[in-house]
Amino acid sequence: MSLGSVPLKYRIQIDRQQCMQCMRCVDNCSYGVFREEDDGNILIDSRKCTACHRCISMCPRDAINLSERPVDYRSHPLWTPEAREDVINQSRSGRIVLAGMGNAKDYPIIYDRLVLDACQVTNPSIDPLREPMELRTYLGQKPSKLDIRKQENGEIELNTKLSPNLELQTPIMIGHMSYGAISLNAQLSLAKAAAKTDTYMGTGEGGLHKDIYPYQDNMIVQVASGRFGVDINYLERGAAIEIKIGQGAKPGIGGHLPGEKVCTDVSCTRMIPAGSDAISPAPHHDIYSIEDLAQLVRGLKEATEWKKPVFVKIAAVHNVAAVAAGIARSSADAVVIDGFRGGTGASPKVFRDNVGIPIEAAIASVDQKLNDQGIRNKVSVIASGGIRNSADVAKSIALGADAVYIGTAALISMGCRVCGNCYRGLCPWGIATQREDLVSRLDPEVESEHVANLINSWTLELSELMGAAGINSIESLRGNRSRLRGYMLDEGTLDVLQVKPVGA
Amino acid sequence: MEPVRIDARGLHYTPLNQQIRRAVSEGATEISVDNVLGQRFIADGLKGEVTIRINGVPGGDLGMFMNGPTCIVKGNCDHAPGNTMDNGKIVIHGSAGDAVAHSMRGGKVFVRDDIGYRGGIHMKEYGEEHKPILVVGDNACSFLGEYMAGGIIIVLSKSGNTFGGRGVGSGIHGGEIILRGKLKERQLGVGARITEFTEEDLEKINPYIEEFCEYFEIDPEKYLDTKYTKVVASSSRPFAGKYVWE
Ligand code: SF4
Ligand code: SF4
Repeated sequence: MSLGSVPLKYRIQIDRQQCMQCMRCVDNCSYGVFREEDDGNILIDSRKCTACHRCISMCPRDAINLSERPVDYRSHPLWTPEAREDVINQSRSGRIVLAGMGNAKDYPIIYDRLVLDACQVTNPSIDPLREPMELRTYLGQKPSKLDIRKQENGEIELNTKLSPNLELQTPIMIGHMSYGAISLNAQLSLAKAAAKTDTYMGTGEGGLHKDIYPYQDNMIVQVASGRFGVDINYLERGAAIEIKIGQGAKPGIGGHLPGEKVCTDVSCTRMIPAGSDAISPAPHHDIYSIEDLAQLVRGLKEATEWKKPVFVKIAAVHNVAAVAAGIARSSADAVVIDGFRGGTGASPKVFRDNVGIPIEAAIASVDQKLNDQGIRNKVSVIASGGIRNSADVAKSIALGADAVYIGTAALISMGCRVCGNCYRGLCPWGIATQREDLVSRLDPEVESEHVANLINSWTLELSELMGAAGINSIESLRGNRSRLRGYMLDEGTLDVLQVKPVGA
Repeated sequence: MEPVRIDARGLHYTPLNQQIRRAVSEGATEISVDNVLGQRFIADGLKGEVTIRINGVPGGDLGMFMNGPTCIVKGNCDHAPGNTMDNGKIVIHGSAGDAVAHSMRGGKVFVRDDIGYRGGIHMKEYGEEHKPILVVGDNACSFLGEYMAGGIIIVLSKSGNTFGGRGVGSGIHGGEIILRGKLKERQLGVGARITEFTEEDLEKINPYIEEFCEYFEIDPEKYLDTKYTKVVASSSRPFAGKYVWE
């Protein structure tokens, strides 16, 4: 017997009295939910809906209504509708379930159980309007001591050789999202925004398209296990190089861009054949140890004549602190930690929802380990994976991060509604698609403004939060866990975070 | 310009590479590096039309990210010569370690004798001009050509011992692995399959064999027949059947 169909995920309804039959929903929905009949009536196929909200945002009459899971199952706390549907899906297919966007399981969010501090009476808060707030951040190795001599003419001479650092005007960077996974217009918008806000963004493992060259000074070029798009020119163009070992949304496994997404332009940028899968193996096959990692770090530095900082990105996993300490000794300049809420176009659901640890705990334990070993100055710590607002940024820095990468938040600022269907290549917002008509919906001039606005507003809020806490430099917030308190966090977690409970 | 000679005795790889880069930027087309002993990353990221003769045993990642030069090694090589190389040539008068030509996207690597494990892993081609070639004179170890996405690996087994390893071409989704003699099905990795080696194939690899033989002064005649096994991908989408969407 057949398993039949599972209930609708979403139901779309049009308030026919409100509707003026402008047909914008028909034109805008790339999933084919709406169809115009000969008589001008609109037919709805709710089963195709992904809740991308494109129609809703375009409807001039607010006539469209969307409801999630309109059909009830018998309620059961363990056998959720999702659990049942996954079983049905796998019974039919016998395959691994892939899913989009970040971890969708209802784990507690540590950020939301941490509160920030403010000054009252005893030490005054600072008004960022009249006092300079120092948000400038340098990423890279710092010397453990400076050898400074005064010359006879009174000039100060620095005798310590400094490592190359990236200079950011805000501790917020845009994470790695590759051309191929997202459209060129989307990447261009992000790159322009990074340039406007004096920060950096990652290329992802998709090479560097020539249209992005004008923004190369704001790009961090990624070297992942597939080595896509990596050649000496690519390495030389980037402001910094990032070796990707792992990713929070799928720790321990490689990635693959399905062949249908590898069009000619994507193929040229990635330097792979068109139409074939772009497969990133799980490990780098020249890295089986920390010593091998050091070999690749040095290989990249040697290729670029030691002019560029090299970052190493890992997924936050159980022993992340020990791994980070190894990375700090590999001559890398920064370690990027991607928490288990990190977004992605596609990831096996079982990994996305079950492997890895929250970024908050990872930042704290890495910072602590590096401090304990006296090597915190050797690497900067960049945190990513589920950072939603300036408070998350402030808390990340107070836990010990130097800077953060944002991914999903930047996409939302360009229209993304976190529908999680990126893998289908039909993103109606022109982000996760290569279809020309959809890509052209995204105007890089306008969207770069939106992304820049987001970064600027978070930066403003960050300086307000710092001012309220009487801190005028990001350096004084970094790792300053005494300015955090845990609310309803268990003792074990508080211990890892090295944070006191509220009231203490 | 006069050939440039560099003495690498006791020299760290960075100053050594700086000397090579300087010579190339001054227009040298022939550079000899003597007394090489374990220096890694020689010619790393180097561009240009230059022939570098390396006398001694270089360390790992020789010619990494290299784009254009020719490196002729009079000695053995450590791991991964030609790692992510874009264009150029590496000729090794001896043997080399693991992961030879790792992720190589263009150019050629010729190894007179043996190579270690995972040779030619993730080699890939694109466009007309990027087709990496790895020719091994004698033998290779297991896991040859894993994840390969293009280019050609040729193993000539010149001493007569045919390839005895396993896991050939796991996850291969492009390119060809050509081995002298017969290969058993059980030596294949997942996603790889054996096809017939034809006269056309011979025609295709002929120039690479001749080039190889010329470098090492071997008579090519013995290798110009169809006694090879060709391993290719069962699909250019090896993982297409593994997943289902949520
Ligand atoms: S966009 Fe709104 S008003 Fe226009 S046809 Fe669709 S439902 Fe009606
Ligand atoms: S980017 Fe992905 S999650 Fe966002 S709207 Fe597009 S398809 Fe949906």
